[in-house]
Amino acid sequence: MTEHFRSIALTVNGEEVRETVEARTSLVDFLRDRLGLTGSHVGCEQGACGACTVRLDGVTVRGCLVLAVQCAGSRVETIEGVSDTGEIADLQEAFVRRNALQCGFCTPGMLLAAQELLASREHAGGDVPSRDEIRALLSGSYCRCTGYQAIVDAVEAVARMRLCSPSPSSGRAGVGSFPRQELAARAPTLPSPASGGGKEERTP
Amino acid sequence: MKITPDLPSELTALDRPNSYIGRAVPRPNLKRLTQGRGQYVSDVTLPRMAHVAFVRSPYAHARIAAIDAAAAKAAPGVIAVVTGAALAKVITPWVGVLTHLKGIKSAPQHAIAVDVAHWQGEAVAAVVARTRAEAEDARALVIVDYEELAAVTDPETALDAATPVIHPALGDNLCFERRHTAGDPDGGFAQAEEVIEATFRFGRHTGVTNEPRAIVADWNPGDERLTVYQGTQAPHMMQNLFAKHLGLDEHQVRVITKDVGGSFGIKVHTYADEMATVGLAKLLGRPVKFVADRAESFVTDIHARDHRVRAKIGVTRDGAITAWEIDDLTGIGPYSVYPRTSGIEANQVVNLVGGPYTCKNYRALARVVFQNKNVMCQYRAVGHPIATHVTESLVELAAARIGMDPLELRRRNLIPDDAYPAQGPSGIRFEKLSHHEALANLDAMMNYAGLRAEQTRLRAQGIYRGIGFASFIEVTNPSAAFYGIGGARISAQDGATVRLDAAGAVFCHTGVTEQGQGAEAVIAQCVASSFGVPIERVRVITGDTDNVPYGGGTWASRAAGIGGEAAWQAGKALRANVLAVAGQVLQAEPKSLDIRGGIVVDRADGRERIGVDEIARIAYFRPDTLPPGFQAELIATRHYVPKAWPFAFTNGIQASHVEVDIETGRVTLLKHWCIEDCGTVINPQLVDEQVRGGVVQGLGAALFERCEYDARGQLLNGSMADYLVPMAAEMPDIEVGHVVSPTADSELGAKGAGEAGTAGATGAVANAVNDALRVLGAREITEVPIMPEGVLRAVGRE
Repeated sequence: MTEHFRSIALTVNGEEVRETVEARTSLVDFLRDRLGLTGSHVGCEQGACGACTVRLDGVTVRGCLVLAVQCAGSRVETIEGVSDTGEIADLQEAFVRRNALQCGFCTPGMLLAAQELLASREHAGGDVPSRDEIRALLSGSYCRCTGYQAIVDAVEAVARMRLCSPSPSSGRAGVGSFPRQELAARAPTLPSPASGGGKEERTP
Repeated sequence: MKITPDLPSELTALDRPNSYIGRAVPRPNLKRLTQGRGQYVSDVTLPRMAHVAFVRSPYAHARIAAIDAAAAKAAPGVIAVVTGAALAKVITPWVGVLTHLKGIKSAPQHAIAVDVAHWQGEAVAAVVARTRAEAEDARALVIVDYEELAAVTDPETALDAATPVIHPALGDNLCFERRHTAGDPDGGFAQAEEVIEATFRFGRHTGVTNEPRAIVADWNPGDERLTVYQGTQAPHMMQNLFAKHLGLDEHQVRVITKDVGGSFGIKVHTYADEMATVGLAKLLGRPVKFVADRAESFVTDIHARDHRVRAKIGVTRDGAITAWEIDDLTGIGPYSVYPRTSGIEANQVVNLVGGPYTCKNYRALARVVFQNKNVMCQYRAVGHPIATHVTESLVELAAARIGMDPLELRRRNLIPDDAYPAQGPSGIRFEKLSHHEALANLDAMMNYAGLRAEQTRLRAQGIYRGIGFASFIEVTNPSAAFYGIGGARISAQDGATVRLDAAGAVFCHTGVTEQGQGAEAVIAQCVASSFGVPIERVRVITGDTDNVPYGGGTWASRAAGIGGEAAWQAGKALRANVLAVAGQVLQAEPKSLDIRGGIVVDRADGRERIGVDEIARIAYFRPDTLPPGFQAELIATRHYVPKAWPFAFTNGIQASHVEVDIETGRVTLLKHWCIEDCGTVINPQLVDEQVRGGVVQGLGAALFERCEYDARGQLLNGSMADYLVPMAAEMPDIEVGHVVSPTADSELGAKGAGEAGTAGATGAVANAVNDALRVLGAREITEVPIMPEGVLRAVGRE
């Protein structure tokens, strides 16, 4: 069975990780079962529900559709990591204030999707997204509890704060998102963790 | 950001200083959930924990001729392969019947099928291994020799003589039947000037909780105790059932429920695979974990609805409803689900049809038949969406027939707001409802006249918009009438224990559970208000049968109304206990004192006397300074169960605004409104969000969700790619308003709010779609979900 195992090195939430994994292990199973990062959830294992959403080299991916071995040399960020850096503190606070989560199972994925939407707007110097745009861009994440309105309200509120205020709101660093198309165009070889896969973006 | 404004408190008994009742207090457990620090059962790992994967029947009905597990047993990591017969030695079968559902019958159900598999997805063997991957690998090596049997898959023919009987010992495929006649239905129809008949069909759908069902069972032979980590809504009920079927005493079983990734009624039932997991832990003497994958969820999580209702309404031309009649047929699974039974939904349909209206002439027949499909049972708003949809569609059909505005017809027939107490056609009793005030509020909130004018204007441009309504009632706060009197050990009462810690904070242990609806916040609000501390100093403990008072848990919209009242009363009792100590310390009459903001004050003028933390310090560390013979009691427990009424009915009305594209058949939800009356609103934000979430589950049923079975009983769309659930882009904004008619049965006056949204949304959408198309002479659409092809058929463009 040894041919089914691979040694990989990657950066997870700014920490260097070296593990031997089965080739078939999905990224989300690796994060949850091997690293104990249970904030990323398994909902459908076929890319439909978005509960396993994490960031791979700055772009959100479905943790159930990416293999751990594909992440060798990459930078992975989970809800635990972006919580610790404070990058999405304003979104988290807005979700709490607006009760934009009930059971909370979709929330980590929903927050990362929302952060990608907002960060790409900021990056492009764009306008506050409309409610319909927010709804469309969050439609990869399934929530059974809220009916979505509270989530849209919370994201809209943060969008206004971030995109309408003259200076960027505090507490956010390492906005590592860029448009989804770039995922496909990404170079096959990626910087190794040793050469600094993302630690520079970790702000205390 | 649109934060729901706080409602003014309308209650005198609750009008305490610094009260949190009626305020949109944020939930204490949310921050950690936004940080990925939840503790769901799927996250639980224990030392020596093994994983189980189930071999499931690919046939809807098949004899299990042989099981060859030799290759699986030899596979890497495998600990055991266990068949139904082997597991039956440690866990006994069960029968899902209740004595108050007269005549209901079912067959014994095993944790793992013995001899015959009765639906596609029923477990026929369990593979336990070191890792889940190894268990799943070995599962593929188990060879089962099946002999396929004829499957019963059409409810319409389930009772025909030519149809095979699923359980021969039962004699036929009828699980439950109820007939009800009230008033004079024949006279009512004779008096009617118009009689409208329609046949309604409701798709079978399912809960699709975001976190699939999950359980970790840990049998510890050392202390002879079973600890079960389970995502459930009813920990004490499960404690009883695990003990009963494993042959243990109840005190040997502890059920722990931490975070649960969505429930909605899905997680309040006994599942064969969860019972099997518990049995395997007992058999193997080590922890065993089962987490359903999504494919398993679709064929094992209970399904719901799947009703065919032939219905009839009589009306005079001046708009008086004269009679109702329904014939409901519902096809459940091969077993009635334990312990709540699969007869309750049809029973509810009979109870609820016509419920908001004055007309008492009513005839009903409901039949529940067995099918070789996944089991069916109670899911959010049990029976309400069916009954409301049927009733409200009949009302709008009648309005259309006599040329009357649908709101006007309702105004003429809804039970008047000053007519309470009152009864519904089925005999259900209402303490106090507010249909007319709710309707008037809705009319204003949605600008009904403006929308009608817009509808007419847009039709000229070929744009077809529709407005549909649904008045509804909702069963909440059930007494023992729901399950207890039928012999199920499901607690109708709930308890709360409140204790003062040594630093002046308050712990509240409650029997109700947190499923995400906000029970912890509501309980904290009640305790903080009735005891008198800032809410930050209240900690709520839920979901642990070793550590909370006995209670029913969360179902039938009972957590706030029943658990909240128990917590409110416990907080009051602890206040009295603390003031007794304060009276000794301050040499004052306890009655002259109060607790406000964590400080003992003079009741009359609010003058601060001593901190609650100081009382705790004295009572715990310097009791020697208190008078001889005085004993401080810094803990109090209270229980509550509704007494005057079997159920606290709530009411409301919803409206849906849709646009229908008659070229593509696509229905776009433009807006949805709901006015509801759940009595005292403890937390307006949480109530509104319960309504919104509930509405969206009803919208899913209206437009998207249906479990498609073929004639052989194969589920054709059992994945999240094929079974459509509401996503953000398709959902409208939902405006929510309230009327407040508190129940006098409790001091809080709170009724439930968890199912109101689901009760009315589906019918409102169906009425809106038909309203949009009626001008085209379209055929009435009476089937949900309303798919584009159904719309095109209705307008003759298929």
